Amino acid sequence: MSTLLRSLGPLVRALHGQGYRVVGPTVRDGAIVLAELDRADALPYGWGVEAAPGRYRLHRRADAAAFGHAAGPQSWKAFLHPPRSPQWTADRTADGFTVTEAPPDSTRYAFLGVRGCDLRAIAVQDRVLGGADGGYARRRRELFIVAVSCTEPADTCFCASTGCGPAAGPGYDLGLTELVDGDRVRYLVEVGTPAGLELLTQLPTEPAPVDLVEEAAAAVAAAATKMSRALPEGDLRDLLAGSHDAARWDDVAARCLSCGNCTMVCPTCFCTTVEDVTDVAGEHAERWLRWDSCFDLDFSYLHGGPVRTSTRSRYRQWLTHKLGTWHDQFGESGCVGCGRCIAWCPVGIDITEETRALVTEAEEA
Amino acid sequence: MGTAPTLAVWKFASCDGCQLSLLDCEDELLAIAGRIRIAHFPEASRATVEGPYDVSLVEGSVTTPGDVARIHRIREQSRLLVAIGACATAGGIQALRNFADADQFRSVVYARPEYLSTLDTSTPASAHVPVDLELHGCPIDRRQLVDTLTALLAGRKPDLPGHSVCFECKARGTTCITVARGVPCLGPVTRAGCGALCPAYGRGCFGCFGPAAVTNTPALVDRLRELDMTETDIGRVFRTFNVLAFAGGGDDPSQ
Ligand code: SF4
Ligand code: SF4
Ligand code: SF4
Repeated sequence: MSTLLRSLGPLVRALHGQGYRVVGPTVRDGAIVLAELDRADALPYGWGVEAAPGRYRLHRRADAAAFGHAAGPQSWKAFLHPPRSPQWTADRTADGFTVTEAPPDSTRYAFLGVRGCDLRAIAVQDRVLGGADGGYARRRRELFIVAVSCTEPADTCFCASTGCGPAAGPGYDLGLTELVDGDRVRYLVEVGTPAGLELLTQLPTEPAPVDLVEEAAAAVAAAATKMSRALPEGDLRDLLAGSHDAARWDDVAARCLSCGNCTMVCPTCFCTTVEDVTDVAGEHAERWLRWDSCFDLDFSYLHGGPVRTSTRSRYRQWLTHKLGTWHDQFGESGCVGCGRCIAWCPVGIDITEETRALVTEAEEA
Repeated sequence: MGTAPTLAVWKFASCDGCQLSLLDCEDELLAIAGRIRIAHFPEASRATVEGPYDVSLVEGSVTTPGDVARIHRIREQSRLLVAIGACATAGGIQALRNFADADQFRSVVYARPEYLSTLDTSTPASAHVPVDLELHGCPIDRRQLVDTLTALLAGRKPDLPGHSVCFECKARGTTCITVARGVPCLGPVTRAGCGALCPAYGRGCFGCFGPAAVTNTPALVDRLRELDMTETDIGRVFRTFNVLAFAGGGDDPSQ
């Protein structure tokens, strides 16, 4: 059964009332970023996005949609798997030192506006980071997810080909579809979990008329046909395994800056390094975890030097892991089709185009 | 613990800005001064202790025959030599002379050029002696300086990343100004360490930390052209603080 919600104000208030820190999209610095929202008014009502390889621009929409935009510069991993997080501290004592684990992060996040691609990306990171009882697992356990299905993909999106969108789910507590009619926005709500149902009962809702339910389903289905990009379907393990010596790696290496932006914006990339901090007095030490990237030369530093010294080998590592060996390691692909790595690459390198070129090269071989 | 390690700070051709960064570490400096003996630091004190020194910080580039002799002497007397700033690590702005006729500068700038004893080039310390660590930037980042000194005191590896400024942009949550606003930025080829300061204030990185450990400058230059940067401006931006380093290219050593 579907329910209709006429405004998101009560939803945000109810989440705050349950002690959640609500994170969602908002306009800042010329982009729709993810940030803590103190009220629903902060959502990007009436803003749209035009994204292309290496390019992202905001524009005013003709309507008041809050979710008429696709993935922005960050993903939700900035909150669940932050760029820098404390591991432990050590303090000198009279006869040695004591080690103290970082205090548990008790933040309870509610994510508002998780798209199909990102919902899947969270599930992908769960398999990687969710096992140990670390900070990620704790934040994840407390997380409340309000997903929003997509009705307007960006030019960089290709979730239909990865099977992650444009319809969001499963995995949400509440799932929304935004219905826009000029200045009027309404939300069709689906319940995913008992926690979602409990929250929904606190909101002023009404039963959704059948025609609206059909309209929403049609809009989401139409979104799938609006995507101009696609990854070759299915498991790309064999393609990547057979492409180790492909000439295409030289071609992309001539364009790639090794800057690491693609891995930082990717919602599934999870790699970290450790950073040690000591105080001047020599009494206190700290260990932090921080994001790293396979594009960092030091990332493959083994005894005596880095193993992946060329950009060819680093880009190949990224793509091979993402689309190929990720299956061996985690039983699925590491790409959900959000298109962030395409838009936020300063030189606009396109993962779908690179993959297609590898397919062509393999076919011609 | 034995006697406090000694620290010496040396100046070559430079503006003193990096030494001032050290003085600027007010809070930490008192604590640092309590754990090391400052043996030579003309900006801070006249007292000088004879070498050898445990750590020498070298600011400035080598521009005279006297400098060449002095950098060798400092090396001989120092257990660890740390070059600080764009001048000491890459020759600095004054390395522009390497691409010009130094005699002409001499005759235009000085009334009696014959009194001048100067080299035709401005070069980093590493062009003359082995250097143990390099702190990049114009000026250096005080957080990196304090981290390096505390690392040396603790016997741990200092945190001196070789990756691009983009890493730090993303870590601090700055929206990329190249992608979102079309602002030309050298971040993708520039070494991190500043905390991605300039992009956070809406200006493109101008490369004051010099090239990252790997760069693809030709590909970025193509992009800068697309962003309507003129050839003159492109030439200028790469020839400001780290002209030698960017000119030499930090490109892929091998496949
Ligand atoms: S590889 Fe690119 S498109 Fe795929 S999930 Fe990562 S950022 Fe999104
Ligand atoms: S693919 Fe693009 S974003 Fe990724 S490292 Fe290369 S230039 Fe940077
Ligand atoms: S603003 Fe500059 S440094 Fe920051 S991500 Fe973009 S290109 Fe890199």
